[in-house]
Amino acid sequence: MSATPIDTPPLATHVPASGSSRTRWRRLAVDGLWHRNAALVQLLGLCPLLAVSHSLVNAAALGLATLTVLLVSNTLIAALSRHLHDAIRLPAQVLVIATAVTLIERAMLAGLPDLHASLGVFLPLIVTNCLILGRAEAFARRAPVSDAAVDALATGTGFAAVLCALGALRELIGRGTVFGDAAWLLGDAAAGLEVRLFDADHALLLALLPPGAFILLGLLLAALRALSALSVRPARSARPPRTGTDAHDDAVHR
Amino acid sequence: MPVPVPIPRTALTLGALVGVALLLVLGVDRGTRSLVESTRARVLERTLVEVLPAANGDEPVRGAPAPERIVPAPDATEPYAPRWIEWRRIDGRPAGMAMSVIAPDGYNGDIALLVGVRVDGTISGVRVTDHRETPGLGDDIERRRSDWITRFDGLSLDTVPPSDWAVRRHGGRFDAFTGATITPQAVVDAVHGALSWAERHGTLRGAGASR
Repeated sequence: MSATPIDTPPLATHVPASGSSRTRWRRLAVDGLWHRNAALVQLLGLCPLLAVSHSLVNAAALGLATLTVLLVSNTLIAALSRHLHDAIRLPAQVLVIATAVTLIERAMLAGLPDLHASLGVFLPLIVTNCLILGRAEAFARRAPVSDAAVDALATGTGFAAVLCALGALRELIGRGTVFGDAAWLLGDAAAGLEVRLFDADHALLLALLPPGAFILLGLLLAALRALSALSVRPARSARPPRTGTDAHDDAVHR
Repeated sequence: MPVPVPIPRTALTLGALVGVALLLVLGVDRGTRSLVESTRARVLERTLVEVLPAANGDEPVRGAPAPERIVPAPDATEPYAPRWIEWRRIDGRPAGMAMSVIAPDGYNGDIALLVGVRVDGTISGVRVTDHRETPGLGDDIERRRSDWITRFDGLSLDTVPPSDWAVRRHGGRFDAFTGATITPQAVVDAVHGALSWAERHGTLRGAGASR
């Protein structure tokens, strides 16, 4: 439907074999952060993205947790993949991911109980975030460990950044604050970080509810698309984020 | 053409992975258990301070010596029997108690509540300590999400007739949330049930308080 040419498959399955490691890593970083940004381009992991992004602190916590799980799973799977026969590849990957998630959840329960309570079921649900298994399956299992780690950092940061942007936006519109409840994540010393920009009475409740999250994400995607369309684009360097139907291949994963 | 799977080797690999994962999870569980326990205790302590009657209306003072916790004999025939009761004494005299109650009929299962009651039978505070209600819809029962739960403060069986212990849609006096009736109704029922349990058992009178 879209006029945008699809020049990489939705889940890039190629491993950039050529070039120095620095070039490869730079490309992985740019791809993960922008060109195939998990949330903006591939539209992966939207369930937790939309469910917990009602405040910046929540969003940042889930973003960090997802990033950590992705880093652990990508690295381990890249290291183990030589020993994993195809028949047990998927169960082994899921096992690695689930173990990482369980350990992180336990650590958060012990150290950051308020945040743990606030994220609720979405913390264990990181296991089912298709973004993580997607990177394991499509990239990490065929990549050197270092590449897999760089890819995880880039993809995870890209996801967390969108999560934080959406969280800040929704908190601002819905509650009139930014960084409310910062103490949940950073300890009591951070309680003063909250910035109240206007009175909550004037806030728009819709922004805090899941439909508001969908609407805001839609607007965000539209704005980014419009931006890339405006910018001068030589064929490769400023490829606009692929959105909508282009990414429908991913739908089966969600 | 299917390639035959080397079953012993793959089984061994997967088994070893499962073993390592199990050891890791067990180890971390062991290692963090005392920390998790103390964190839970701290959170519960904080919630108890919120629901128990305060000494003079503003600054809560936890009763010293050690809080008296009573575990009533479980009775399946009694709805909303508290799991435990903790008394608060101020200057040696009972000031009130907190009941740990389960609302079994939340939208997603149990909702755990602390119901604080003064010796005169009025509610000093209610807080949700654990629940799995839908984020964004049912979780307004949490104090940090909305002030709905504070509307129980000061109510008692004497001032609210039985038919009023329900959400408005069911003919009662309590507001429901947009899109969620089951959750607030479950909480209202549990608070009412706990008060009624204490009334039937003369729990507050038993403390030597006159009503």
